[in-house]
Order: sequence, then C-alpha cells, then structure tokens
Amino acid sequence: MDTDLSSQDRKDLDKFIKFFALKTVQVIVQARLGEKICTRSSSSPTGSDWFNLAIKDIPEVTHEAKKALAGQLPAVGRSMCVEISLKTSEGDSMELEIWCLEMNEKCDKEIKVSYTVYNRLSLLLKSLLAITRVTPAYRLSRKQGHEYVILYRIYFGEVQLSGLGEGFQTVRVGTVGTPVGTITLSCAYRINLAFMSTRQFERTPPIMGIIIDHFVDRPYPSSSPMHPCNYRAGEDNGAVYPSVEDSQEVCTTSFSTSPPSQCVFTVTKTHFQTPPPVVTDTLKVPVMGLAFSHQLSSSRLSYQPAALGVGSADMGYPVLFAGGLNAAHPHQLLGPGKEGGVPPVPSQPAHGTQADQERMCTPLDGVHYSAATPSSSEDTETVSNSSEGKCGSPHDLLETIFIRKVGAFVNKPINQVTMANLDIPFAMFAPKNVELEDNDPMVNPPDSPETESPLQGSLHSEGSSGSSTGNTHDDFVMIDFKPAFSKDDILPMDLGTFYREFQNPPQLSSLSIDIGAQSMAEDLDSLPEKLAVHEKNVKEFDAFVETLQ
Amino acid sequence: MNCRAEVLEVSVEGRQVEEAMLAVLHTVLLHRSTGKFHYKKEGTYSIGTVGTQDVDCDFIDFAYVRVSSEELDRALRKAVGEFKDALRSSGSDGMGQISLEFYQKKKSRWPFSDECIPWELWTIKVNVVNLANEQERQICREKVGEKLCEKIINIVEVMNRHEYLPKMPTQSEVDNVFDTSLKDVQPYLYKISYQITDSLGTSVTTTMRRLIKDTLAL
Repeated sequence: MDTDLSSQDRKDLDKFIKFFALKTVQVIVQARLGEKICTRSSSSPTGSDWFNLAIKDIPEVTHEAKKALAGQLPAVGRSMCVEISLKTSEGDSMELEIWCLEMNEKCDKEIKVSYTVYNRLSLLLKSLLAITRVTPAYRLSRKQGHEYVILYRIYFGEVQLSGLGEGFQTVRVGTVGTPVGTITLSCAYRINLAFMSTRQFERTPPIMGIIIDHFVDRPYPSSSPMHPCNYRAGEDNGAVYPSVEDSQEVCTTSFSTSPPSQCVFTVTKTHFQTPPPVVTDTLKVPVMGLAFSHQLSSSRLSYQPAALGVGSADMGYPVLFAGGLNAAHPHQLLGPGKEGGVPPVPSQPAHGTQADQERMCTPLDGVHYSAATPSSSEDTETVSNSSEGKCGSPHDLLETIFIRKVGAFVNKPINQVTMANLDIPFAMFAPKNVELEDNDPMVNPPDSPETESPLQGSLHSEGSSGSSTGNTHDDFVMIDFKPAFSKDDILPMDLGTFYREFQNPPQLSSLSIDIGAQSMAEDLDSLPEKLAVHEKNVKEFDAFVETLQ
Repeated sequence: MNCRAEVLEVSVEGRQVEEAMLAVLHTVLLHRSTGKFHYKKEGTYSIGTVGTQDVDCDFIDFAYVRVSSEELDRALRKAVGEFKDALRSSGSDGMGQISLEFYQKKKSRWPFSDECIPWELWTIKVNVVNLANEQERQICREKVGEKLCEKIINIVEVMNRHEYLPKMPTQSEVDNVFDTSLKDVQPYLYKISYQITDSLGTSVTTTMRRLIKDTLAL
C-alpha cells in the first residue's frame, strides 16, 4: 500500500528507478559499442555519479531512452526493453538480444528506500556490467566494422521476444525488491547465429557458429559513417541527434536462420577411384553431402543418408555446419558453389522433409547407396557413421569413415567383383572369395589335437589334409612388394627398396673404438677447463633457464 | 554466524591460469567494493565513485570487467602469481585451489588479538591440463572462455541473492569491515589464500601453516 511509504521515500524511489533505467540503457549500449570501456574511480564524490558508479552518459542514448520512457516508469506490464540487433552491409538484420527491465507486484515493505534499495540498485548495475560482457553479442560487437554493425532500439511496453528465433536463452542479471514492486533485469539472447550464405565462408567458425566472412577489426569510431551504436565525442550539446535508423519497426527480414547441425565435416580428396561395393574391411568413403533427418532431440546426431554420391570429382572443400545449442530444427546443408560440388543451398529452412534435403545432394557417378539403417541384414550394406555430433566445439577436419564389415557368421558367398582390378593397397592380401569360407576359423575350426580313436584319427587326418591343401594358399609369397603411396615412375627407388637398402647402415666413426679411446683421454684432460668456463658463465645460463620456464 | 561458501571449478591450460583466476576474483571484488567513505559530522557519510574497465584476456577468448584501481589489481596479480608459481613448482598433477575470503574483524580485549570472522568464502578449484597441439589449444581457448562466462553468471546469481552483508559501519568501526588502505576504492576486508593438492589428494604445507597460525592467534 502506498500509504506505508512516505512521500519523500516515494519521490526518492521514483527518482532512483528512473535513473536506474537510464543508467541501465547506457551500460548496455556502451557495452555494444565495440570498444573497451574505461572509467576512473574517484575517492571524492562528485554528486553526479548515480549509484556510486562511474558510468558515462552518452547524450544520444539518454535522449532515446527518455523518448521511449516518455515520462513513465517501468511498472507491471510496462517494461523497458533495449533491443540489440546486428545489421550487415547488405541489409540483412537479426535481433541478437533483448534486455528487459521489468517490475512485478511483489513488494518488499520493510526495505529502506534511501539506503538498501539504492545500494542494491548499485550492485545490480555492477552485475549488469559483468553480464553484458558475457553474452555472445559482446564478442560480435567487438568485431563490428565494415561488414556489419550493431544497432540498438529502446521501447517501452510489452516485451517482444519473437525476433530472437527459437531456442533463445535467458540470463537473469538480478532483482531488487522495493516497496512498490520488485525490479527485475534480465536478458534474452539468441543462440543460433547462422546466416544463410552462398558465398565462401570461414573454415573456423567462432564460438556461436556465425558464418560471416571478411570480418575486420573495427576501425576507429569517429571515422566510420553513422552507426547508431557509435559514440562520437563531439556532440555533447544535445542540440542535434543523429536519427537512429532502427527506431522504426522491428526487423523482420525473412532470411533463414534454421540452425544447422553441430558437426563440421570436411571432405578431403582421397586416393580412391571408384570403389564398388566390395567386401573389404574398411572403406573410406569420401562423403559428398549428407542429408540429415529431423530427429535431433539431444546432441547426438542420428541421420539417414538419403543419397550419397561418391565419385572422382574434386571434393576438396569444407562442408561446414555451424554449432547450435538446443537445435530442434533439421540440419541445413551449406555448400559452396564449386564445380562438381553441391549446388547452392536454397534459403528456406527445410522443416523435416527429407525430400527437400535430397535436393542438395547430387549423386555423381559411382556408387549410389540406398538409405540404410544400421541394423539392416547381411544382404544390404551396413553403413555406420563413426563420427558423432559434438556439442559446442567445432572441429575443422572430421573425416567420416564408413566401416562396413561382413558379418562374422556370414555364409553367403560373395562373388561380385574380383580383387585384382582394384587399385587399393595390399589388394593381393585382400581375402579372396574362394578361400573366405575355408579359412574362416568360424567355419573351419582349427586342427583338433591328437586323439586315440581311429575314427576320430581318420577324421582328423582328413581335416588336416583338407586344411593343408587349403593352407597352401595361406603362404603369402611376396612377389612384388607394393607399399602404399608409392609410385614407380617418380623415383627409381621405392620405399621398400629404400628401407631394405638402408636397414644396415655403417657404424658411426665416432663410435668406433680406436678413435674413441684417443679422444677420451683428451676429453678428460680438458674437463677442468670446461668446468671453469661454465662456472664463469653460470649467471647467463641461469637467465637462459629462466626464460625457458 | 554462518559463512556463505561458494565453490567454482575450472579446468585450464597452464598459461590460462592467471587470467582465469583474475577474471573470477575481479568479478567478485567488483561486487564487493564500494567507493571510499567520507564521514561527515552527525554520523553521515558520502561514498566515492567506483570506475570500471574492460580487460581482454590474451590466452582465453574472454573479456571481463574490473574495478578501476591499480592497487587492487596489483594485489590480486601478486596473489594469483604466487598461486601460479606454486602450482607449477609443486610437481603435482596441476590441481589446486585459490580462496577469496571476506571477513569482519572483531576487536577483542587484551591480550587476545582481533578475531577474523569470515562471512563469505569463494573457492576456485583449478585443474591444469596439458595440451598436445595447437588445435587443441585453440579449442581450449574457446571452451575456457565459455566456461568462464558460465562462472560469471553463477557469481552474479549468488551476489543477487542479497544475503548477509555486514552492516554499514560507523567511522570508528570502518576498518573492521572495509579495507581502507586503498586510495580509490574500498573493498570489504578480504584475504586470499591458496593450497596445492598433491597427487594423493591431500593438501600440503600451506594449509597446515595457516591452521597453526590461526590456532596460535586465538
């Protein structure tokens, strides 16, 4: 009830809240200017430093804040909001944060206005100073410059959080109870900062996965054209304020912000030609493009490759997925427009339809893998992805390795392609089709030990003879040692020959006895001199060791 | 009276220890420092102004705000430097903790010396990791930056619970509550201590020494 509060207290409280609101706006906007803030402590109070904190007042910002407040104070249902957004040089814009100063009905009657409330408001401003450096927009704002700028907008009334995209996070800066209500200061910030771009993008995305190229360091503020978050020192007179561009509508440009997945895949050029579906142990398949299904509920990636093209095209480009937390959207494939590459990604979010995503992958000549689930039978090829989605940290290079193994108890003869015409290393050591079953220990158990029973003995001998005939094929006779990655035409000597030749080098001369014996005596004699020299230079050595630590 | 205790844990690389500790300690002290008190007659006082400045970290993708006071910064750097050296020379597997304790002095009668009664204790447990290559270091920079952001949010959350704070003292009592030795700001009385955990998980001589000193002081 207002009667409990004296009129002086009430006036003081209103003044505190008003100046708190103005200072809040100053702190937030100054934190997004893109430069380091430094104010001096002063032991003698100046009387104009509200809340005992040295916070500069930028006149334009104060003017905007007062305009938005229009003489009112934050109250229930009427919050003061500062919206921070980013605008690129092409005109795309995106809301990054909304800072809200709200008031609710929960009153604290006992609290002393002039003392406790004031000090707690001061503490809250300090917390605001700390928190403004911690949200993702701070790092973005420090790098603003030619490519994008940070804008602010102040409005009063209902909080509008819809422009932040889905999955935004909130952080509460703090609360202060007053006799007329509880003041709450909080920030809602966007998590997914990915722009859709068909241009080249960076290999190493920053923490929040924003893909904007050509970041430059922000130039000196006064030289840059009008940016609303810019502080120009000369305009203190208050007469003319530059028109704030974004005090009009909330930006609603419809660029796509559906968050991509969390993995960073790099397709590297391998030495494979066109590997047909053969039965080898591991098959490194260069991944052309992956289409992901929609079921990401946790950070683990589960996907079904809709169409994977494998071919001899040039695939040395990064397929980059920027990180996003709490992603609940399908993954977006971002591909540059290189020749033979994936066509530029369409800019609307593909919400859960694989059909859309199949558009992105061009099946090249080569193997066409049909969509396979990991639990398929022996007949279909089992494709398992060994790389998982990692939360948070982007990796530059992550090769996906497709491991295909023949089931241990497979009995089906696989006789599709012979090994000989494959240009894979150790091709001749790849298990041949015919012997696969004979040599498989699961099918043919190893020789059983000697038994006394003649019946069993005959069986045994039969088995051993059978296996011995089979064993002739097991003797690996090295006809021509072709080590991996060696080519005959470049060097007359290949790795194997080199290794064989230089396996036994001659002994070092210093290790041979007679020379060693002679120099040993000399060494012993010269030791005292050497020690004396070292002792003289001990200080230098210590300094050197210090530098190493 | 119960002492409020908060524990924060960080895993950092060796060269990040100093910046990470300074970031946390400065953030706590920002909240626990006021301007200088100037007592006037009739028991009223006015408070000076606290300035702030941004600090960028070199080895971590992180920036924080600290009080603009060179003396305070020097004191913290000295303490953190000692902690870092102790961590490095201990030969343990790089685990230790540094504590920032806010206390109040209670004057006792002769021959007993003043009692130090802590009312808030911040402990930062540090685990030093060794990284093998540059790529890991780059990831570590970002990860530690993110972790420190979380720690700052935790600290602010605790600060905003508005739990016990010492009463504003009269002029004669101000030295029992605040550290008035600095010329531009006035933090609450604090002390920083550290201990290095050896590989057995037990703490070593610094704690023992402190314990003995404290019991003797009583």
